[in-house]
Amino acid sequence: MSEQAVAAPSAALRVERWSPVSAVFTALLVAAMALLAFAPMLFGQGMLDNLIQLYFLVILAIMWNALAGYGGLVSVGQQAFIGIGAYAVVFLSVEHSLNPYLAMLLATLIGGGIAIPLAAIVLWLRGGAFAIGMWVVAEVFALLVSLDAALGGGTGTSAVLAFNLRYTPEQRLRNTYWFALAAAALLLAILFALLRGRLGVSLQAIRDNEDAAASLGVHVLLGKGVLFVLAGAGCTAAGAVILAWQLSILPLGPDSIFGVNWTAKMIFMVLVGGLGTFEGPIIGAVVLYLLETYTSTRLGVWYLVLLGGIAIGVALFMPRGIWGSLQERFNVRLLPVGYRLRGAGGGR
Amino acid sequence: MSWVNAVIHGILLGGFYALLATGLSLMFGVMRIINLAHGSLALVGAYMTFLVVEHVHVSTYLGLLPVLAGALVVGYLLQRTMLERSLRAGELVPLLTTFGLLIAIANLLQYFFSPDVRGLSAGGIGTANWRVSGSLTIPWFDVLVLGIAIVVLGGLQLLLRYTQLGRELRATAADPDTVELLGVNARAVYGRAAAIAVATAALAGVFYAMRSNFDPSTGPTQLIYAFEAVVIGGIGSLWGTLVGGIVLGVAQTVGARIDVQYFALAGHLVFLAVLTFRAIRQSVGLRVLRRVEA
Repeated sequence: MSEQAVAAPSAALRVERWSPVSAVFTALLVAAMALLAFAPMLFGQGMLDNLIQLYFLVILAIMWNALAGYGGLVSVGQQAFIGIGAYAVVFLSVEHSLNPYLAMLLATLIGGGIAIPLAAIVLWLRGGAFAIGMWVVAEVFALLVSLDAALGGGTGTSAVLAFNLRYTPEQRLRNTYWFALAAAALLLAILFALLRGRLGVSLQAIRDNEDAAASLGVHVLLGKGVLFVLAGAGCTAAGAVILAWQLSILPLGPDSIFGVNWTAKMIFMVLVGGLGTFEGPIIGAVVLYLLETYTSTRLGVWYLVLLGGIAIGVALFMPRGIWGSLQERFNVRLLPVGYRLRGAGGGR
Repeated sequence: MSWVNAVIHGILLGGFYALLATGLSLMFGVMRIINLAHGSLALVGAYMTFLVVEHVHVSTYLGLLPVLAGALVVGYLLQRTMLERSLRAGELVPLLTTFGLLIAIANLLQYFFSPDVRGLSAGGIGTANWRVSGSLTIPWFDVLVLGIAIVVLGGLQLLLRYTQLGRELRATAADPDTVELLGVNARAVYGRAAAIAVATAALAGVFYAMRSNFDPSTGPTQLIYAFEAVVIGGIGSLWGTLVGGIVLGVAQTVGARIDVQYFALAGHLVFLAVLTFRAIRQSVGLRVLRRVEA
């Protein structure tokens, strides 16, 4: 190593968050999202239907990644909130004849509200105990709903009437599209802001070593709690969108609204896209969306075998996922939530 | 009197949950892995026994033997291939890979065996009852399962305490790196622990299939019950698992006594109540500690 390089490291290296690439990309993304708001005027119904599906998958992926990738909390019970979202909308709009979109908004808040006391109980659990503990929570909500005859009991329910009373099918599709897009954009923005602030730093400390972080004064439970409540509200919003999208739901079974297959999809999206990267889960959501649209009916049960198998393979052989691997190779951040050190030549 | 009946049936059911939970508890104790595919592996044991019984025309108890031998091999290989790699990749990775396995197993079973509900014959003992009084009957089969659970738990306890393998298991659980320095192959020890764990899972799966009907989607439910038994009893204690299983079983049968639909719900609620109690105790404990420090 030459003397010059040792003498002047501060001139050669700099810590940066924004780079020209990421600034341009973020601006483009915001512009693209704004443009997508006009999609109902441009595309047909089939396309809107597909995009709604993509948006709720994106919400589920970024929320599960917020928990696992940033909070170190692997949950196999986030379907609890998906089900709560869907059933809260049924409860408010079918039983209490509220406007279904107002009901979807309120449902999201209810989901976040339920997550607060729940966090106080389940966040004491660590690792696998938290994972299955959340699954029990999902089962409890599913059983409670299936015991309530007014919500359709074990045979499920439908919100067709609540929507059809006020909207034509075209209007429903358009409004649901806007709701899903707004929810996805808002949740992305909130998570982005949270992770760039104080919480992001403390979460990184917790992820690296929980006990050491606590001893340095990081409020571990609060940090995890904020993520848990955000992810709870986010998955509830996704559940509300799913109800508005498929209209009828079932409470019990792996494929139902409270079903564990949702977790399989979330894990798949996050692992394939890149666990713990901000951009990765969005890519994972696109991959799952394409698989679901073009192969799931042809593959039958093999579809879920494939999802499980790919998740295992990626976890073992490509732990950074698609985006993490690209990031490592090209050293780019498109939506920067961390800092990085750059040499004068633009290398690492 | 029927309440007494419910409690006694719950205690016996607890024996089954303890048997189901043994492998989960062992793998967590030795390798710090919570195997999310535990219930699914139990179910695979049931299906394999079903195949043997169908094709060789033997009783379930005989058909179980080759399946147990197979389960030992499967457990060992599972650890040496997938789980070993998962452990090296990070503390949370085993959760992700075993969850992937759970999903894959459930859907593979559905493909090969169809979603139909099946059952395994428990022989004459399956329907034999001991009539204690007019309203109190004790099914012999449940007594048998409780007995087997106690034998398996006790046997495991003796194995851990008095055999060379047991000493290696305990030492490796405490510190795998140091054990390697002493000439023990920690990975092989982990493999043997997983072999025992999967074999007990398969055993429990077959008894599950004899006591009730099963289909490809019931694996996760068994995992959840096993896990609840482990947590209620206190993670890491084998006899605690028996206590946890009994608490869970009694909660379920007493819940079902109120209304049949409350069977699973009552168990979950007792589990969550135990968690809440511990969370409060822990947070109160922390507050007391802080006050002492200040």
